[in-house]
Amino acid sequence: MLYSRTSIYSPSTIKDRIFSLDFTLLLSVLTLGVISIFAQYSSSGGNFDYFAKSHSIRFGLFFIFFILISFINVRFWNDFSLLIYASLVILLILTKFFGVQSQGSRRWINLFVFNLQPSELMKIGIILFLSNYYHKVSATDVNKIKTLLFPIISMTIPFLLVVTQPDLGTAILILFSGAIITWLAGVRWKIFAYLLGALIVLAPVAISFLKPYQKSRILTFLNPDADPLGAGYQIIQSKIAVGSGGIFGKGYLNGSQGYLNFLPEKHTDFIFTLYSEEFGFLGSAFMVLLYVLIIYRITKIGSETRSIFGKLYCYGFSSAMFVYVAVNMAMVLGLLPIVGAPLPILSYGGSSMLAIMLGLGIAMSCHIYKNNTVS
Amino acid sequence: MLNFQSSSLVSKTKTSGRRMFLVNSFKAVVVLGILGRLASLQINESSKYKGLADKNRFREIQIAPPRGIIEDYFGKPIASNETIYQLHITPEDVPNIDELFFKLKNIISLTEERIFYLKRRLAKQKLWDTLVIADNLNWSEFSRVNLFLHELQGLRPVVSIARYYENNASAHIVGYVSEITPRDLRQKEYLQDLRIQEIAIGKTGIESLYDQEMLGEPGYLRYEVNAYGKKIRQVGTERGNNGKTFRTTLDQEIQTYAADLIKDVSGAVCVMDIYNGDVVSMVSSPPFNPNAFVHGVAKKDWDELINHRDKPLLNKAISGLYPPGSTIKTLTALSALENDISNTKFTVECNGYIDLHGERFHCWKKEGHGFVNMRKGIKHSCDVFFYEVARKLGIDRLSETAKKFGLGSTVLTGIKEEKAGVVPNTKWKLQQLGKNWYLGETLHSGIGQGYFLTTPIQLCLMTAQIANGGYQLKPRLIINDNENNNNNLLDFLNFQKNNPVSSVYNDLQRFNLKPLFRNQENINFVKEAMYAATNEPGGTSYASRIEEKEFMFGGKTGSSQIKTFTQEQREDEVKQSQMAYLDRDHAWFVAFAPIHDPKYAISVLVEHGGTGSGAAAPIAKKIIRKVIERDPFRKSFVNPIGQDV
Repeated sequence: MLYSRTSIYSPSTIKDRIFSLDFTLLLSVLTLGVISIFAQYSSSGGNFDYFAKSHSIRFGLFFIFFILISFINVRFWNDFSLLIYASLVILLILTKFFGVQSQGSRRWINLFVFNLQPSELMKIGIILFLSNYYHKVSATDVNKIKTLLFPIISMTIPFLLVVTQPDLGTAILILFSGAIITWLAGVRWKIFAYLLGALIVLAPVAISFLKPYQKSRILTFLNPDADPLGAGYQIIQSKIAVGSGGIFGKGYLNGSQGYLNFLPEKHTDFIFTLYSEEFGFLGSAFMVLLYVLIIYRITKIGSETRSIFGKLYCYGFSSAMFVYVAVNMAMVLGLLPIVGAPLPILSYGGSSMLAIMLGLGIAMSCHIYKNNTVS
Repeated sequence: MLNFQSSSLVSKTKTSGRRMFLVNSFKAVVVLGILGRLASLQINESSKYKGLADKNRFREIQIAPPRGIIEDYFGKPIASNETIYQLHITPEDVPNIDELFFKLKNIISLTEERIFYLKRRLAKQKLWDTLVIADNLNWSEFSRVNLFLHELQGLRPVVSIARYYENNASAHIVGYVSEITPRDLRQKEYLQDLRIQEIAIGKTGIESLYDQEMLGEPGYLRYEVNAYGKKIRQVGTERGNNGKTFRTTLDQEIQTYAADLIKDVSGAVCVMDIYNGDVVSMVSSPPFNPNAFVHGVAKKDWDELINHRDKPLLNKAISGLYPPGSTIKTLTALSALENDISNTKFTVECNGYIDLHGERFHCWKKEGHGFVNMRKGIKHSCDVFFYEVARKLGIDRLSETAKKFGLGSTVLTGIKEEKAGVVPNTKWKLQQLGKNWYLGETLHSGIGQGYFLTTPIQLCLMTAQIANGGYQLKPRLIINDNENNNNNLLDFLNFQKNNPVSSVYNDLQRFNLKPLFRNQENINFVKEAMYAATNEPGGTSYASRIEEKEFMFGGKTGSSQIKTFTQEQREDEVKQSQMAYLDRDHAWFVAFAPIHDPKYAISVLVEHGGTGSGAAAPIAKKIIRKVIERDPFRKSFVNPIGQDV
């Protein structure tokens, strides 16, 4: 036996496992899911058949999936993390060649039941993989170049695969998810400073590789009024929608910006804008706090769990989720350029929902098996 | 192994916990930032964004209220609004536009030209915007369309209103409306806020002068639109205010009567009330149909109007400039008397011509008038007599009198087509032509030729101011119930009748009147001479006299020369009717009636009519009879809105 089973209580029966679920987290996610169904109903102008129907089916299925994978021992995720990561890389490579093309980018792979976006899953995969890696690495070796090389390579491969799809937003989020684990594992400040410095130096080179529409998005962010009917349209209309919502909102299904189609991508990236227009500042603040609660619960699981794998995973996942939420909200509120980042759970989209639910499931598993050690 | 593992575990737990704390602090700052941004957008700037959201979603469509009516003195409409039948389509509702046009062509008259035009319009507009296919269908076409409506998918029959003119008689002074042009939008301030496509606005005459008031306040239809501009629903309407109605001083019946009388000649007629300056009638000939402009005049018809020899679109009563001819002799005589140049006894011998400075000036009567005094001079319109008077009087004194009586400046206020004409004098010639005045020109001016240019309305005003005893008039076309009704002169005359000892000077001040004479006897002399010219044998308009006392009038003929007679023509005694039409003189006649209690003044112009006595006076005679007959109705008609506002 490489590891000893401790005498500390570990749930073994189904009943035990159900009772050891984090109900606060569960209920918060459920609340958000219910809100998301209503928001999708509103986004299609009060029509259930369009987005709301498939969104609610997905949420229902993935929510059950979330609870089911919670019951899988955290050891499983630790043991299979490399396999999961490797298969996701293969999926990304397959996407490169056999992917479904839409609007000029090749991000999806046809699984006959639905089109899967492997890059979304990679956001979780990289966290799993690096948590496992740093779990195994001794604290003294963390800052060695040899130890550092492996995570850098494992982040670069999916980053390059995704950024060439092209999908800059998701690629950056994958990179970020990896970086946060590296950071939490204790890699020196200095190394991050060097990398940051290198990034700044390389930024002009990177910008020259940007596609024209990506450049225009950045310029638009800097001055949205320069082209109000063109590139600046989305951000201007989004701000109008949020601002006109006021404190109490225009009322459910009464958001004029939404139902009159002034809002772009209102069922995906701009779903928060639609919600915010209808429910105002109070509704928006409530949603922000709901996300904060979910992220807090995951972080809390991380601090309570004994294994380093679980800690790094929960810390990493909660931080990544925070970044997804913050980037999306900052984007629709005009604080960041439009990068194409969905809002977890609320936005329409199967792969994103699957990835988040998978991530939540693993976190919940960390909670149920918090006293278990892993190899 | 276990130890190593546990020590590494402790160290890693510590590190990750410490670093997570930093991450969490960062998260807290970001969350506060997002909440702050939400608060700033939704609380601080909420009203700004609410306004922007409403601007996004609402579109307003202006709807034209009914245009103000133009009435005659008796409240009868001259220009009103009629129901019109239109066909509209909304392109998105039409499954097959070509098929629709094809079917429509068999039901209504729809030219290929029009279809081509409509298709071009369709290509430019939004799918959900309305397009007017046919603007003005007659009832039978409209009902036929309604009968086949089930086959004409997407077509909407619409009942609307448009300008309608009762007849052509008043077309010139009332003017016409026509579709707004980009040029109108540029030039007219009051149209800047108007957002009505294809609205008809006033282009000439009263329609143009009071266009703003007659347009009224447009109403609104407020729509909610989506991001693509498609109407989602109507959210409100505002009715707007109807255009203002204008009551004119014109008598529709006299208008049609006079228009009918002169329909075969090119000319103009003006009739004026000599006490209050009301323009009772003003017609110009040949007429045009103002209704043709309301729905867009066809190119062919427009070209015909523009290229017509007699210029039908010109309002000759106010825009036609003609030398006044012998009608000016009334003023030449008056000016001479007023300036003490000559008295009424002054006599000249007329041999048919006068030689002056080596130039020969002819009288219209080749054999001459013999000895002529001033009364006879006016009565026979002796040119030689007035050459002599003018020579003594001088152009500057004549021009002063002419200007005092209204020549050389516009008569009506604000009608943009009106011309001021020319009253020449030495200064004018020097300024305008840069040349010195010649005495010969004074002689020509004394009989109303040469540089003199007048409009029929000016000569009508001149006659009216002579007929009323020499008081200045303020002619008017529109009755404004809020202003006094120009009755000062009548009130003054009545007051004088009742208070014979009252001081005239004070009374003139009190009634705000301006006399145009130094000695009223001179005015009365001219009036009497005009009586003689019409009612005594040998008078120039004796043939056109009316003997019934109530219609009896006094008048002065005139003819304005187009071409100077050549010596041969003079010797051959060429008659005007033998000359080419465009070389013939313009014929004038001015008069006032009834002779013993004057009420109206009239001026008649017949372009290339030859002589005033032959062409203009007979027309004036008939109109005078009509005007006097209508007088009791006019005087007893009380404005229903209230006379003493």
